[in-house]
Amino acid sequence: MKIYLDNAATTKMSKTAINAMLPYMDNVYGNPSSLHSVGQAASEALAAARKQIAECIGTLPEEITFTSGGSEADNQAIISAARIGQRNGKRHIISTAFEHHAVLHTLHKLEKEGFEITLLDVHENGIVLPEQVAAAIRGDTCLVTVMYANNEIGTVQPIDAIGKVCRANNVLFHTDAVQAAGQLHINVKEQNIDMLSLSAHKFHGPKGIGVLYARKGIPLMPLIEGGAQERGRRAGTENIPAIMSMAAALQESCAHIDENAGRLCVLRDQLIDGLSQIPHSILNGDAAARLPGNVNFCFEGIEGESLLLLLDDKGICASSGSACTSGSLDPSHVLLAIGRVHDVAHGSLRLTLSNENTEEQVAYTIRAVKETVAYLRSLSPVWRDLIDGNREFIIQ
Amino acid sequence: MALYSEKVMDHFRNPRNVGVIENADGVGEVGNAKCGDIMKIYLKIENDIIADVKFETFGCASAIASSSMATELIKGKPVSEALALTNQAVAEALDGLPAHKVHCSVLAEEAIKNALKDYYAKSNME
Repeated sequence: MKIYLDNAATTKMSKTAINAMLPYMDNVYGNPSSLHSVGQAASEALAAARKQIAECIGTLPEEITFTSGGSEADNQAIISAARIGQRNGKRHIISTAFEHHAVLHTLHKLEKEGFEITLLDVHENGIVLPEQVAAAIRGDTCLVTVMYANNEIGTVQPIDAIGKVCRANNVLFHTDAVQAAGQLHINVKEQNIDMLSLSAHKFHGPKGIGVLYARKGIPLMPLIEGGAQERGRRAGTENIPAIMSMAAALQESCAHIDENAGRLCVLRDQLIDGLSQIPHSILNGDAAARLPGNVNFCFEGIEGESLLLLLDDKGICASSGSACTSGSLDPSHVLLAIGRVHDVAHGSLRLTLSNENTEEQVAYTIRAVKETVAYLRSLSPVWRDLIDGNREFIIQ
Repeated sequence: MALYSEKVMDHFRNPRNVGVIENADGVGEVGNAKCGDIMKIYLKIENDIIADVKFETFGCASAIASSSMATELIKGKPVSEALALTNQAVAEALDGLPAHKVHCSVLAEEAIKNALKDYYAKSNME
């Protein structure tokens, strides 16, 4: 038995997504750039997929660029906005402390080039305020980039309000919507979003394909040079099977957002209630403004990798923000950004649900996490010190 | 390839010598919670032999497995052998550790050395 609770890492492809891809590996195998009928069949399919995706996020097909995924889309959006800014003498970018590394590392690269980066505080609840964005905007600000929903703690940002602030100040607004697409309603026009990144494998589509939406008139700088595909914004023969599959997956997810969210929120809140009963545990991120399927806890006195591997032995696939799981010496930058100290951040656990999960699985998971946390605490000298009163509890 | 060897997983899943020795002859603690690893070793020493050893560890799978293996390697051995235990010996006995986890075996070696230091300090006072 496997209980997959790592849907923020990746999702299982839906049958719809798999079926949508098959004809384009078989009968419709042409290169969309070819002028003959086989190529043109692929070209027509590509146009249809582009239209389908544009409709899902409330925009026009010509504003959709296919990329290799969310990271590439983030890179291209930020680099493009920086180059536009540079031409106008604007070299200031605003973002948040808990963005995905695809954003943070790109910003860091620009910082080395002489850009000035302001990373806004996200507070203990993991939410940045539109007023902070407004206060940070300067005459030389060329971009605001704030994620739609955080990948670790699932907190949903006030995108509509930030979009308004940016539009009023005439500053480009990009959002990394990788975790939000297919789970939350997105309408880039209504929300004043100028650029948006998404990735198919987070909404039951295939890996290695994503989208960068950019409002008409924003010149995207190609990261990959070559042919004239994607109107010169991204060279390389289009991955038609993956694109067709992504379009089908996004359409399917978007058609069921409210229904799925309703179901997932119930399971999520059962998990949160159950895990809250563990003494000296704390939910990371706002309890209400969070993705329907995201649960993230810290448990004092234990380390996350051990927890993760013992849960795997019990058939539960989860994730942790501990240093040991990140491959670095520091625990998750997201947990540090919401003010969790190192000692506590090492003991984090992320469980992310999908439609395949059931109430029985949630009940089993609560029992398994309770048992495993108690067991690891029984091995832990930190826990002994805490209960013996030789060390102060950080999580009450 | 799996993240850890079968040996590591075995010692992680079924750690040997977990616990505390009351009135231990030597206690050694290394690491800190900020880094994510703490190991504590308790020794009972009789006639210059490690008569009993227990550990408690806060840390990842390789930290728990390293402590477990280190206690197995010194249990019943003369103090001089325990003092000579190296992190390489611990890692080798576990059929190797991933490069970024080698520090776990270093912690195990240091925890044992600290416990023996504590033992010597206590016995000199008596």
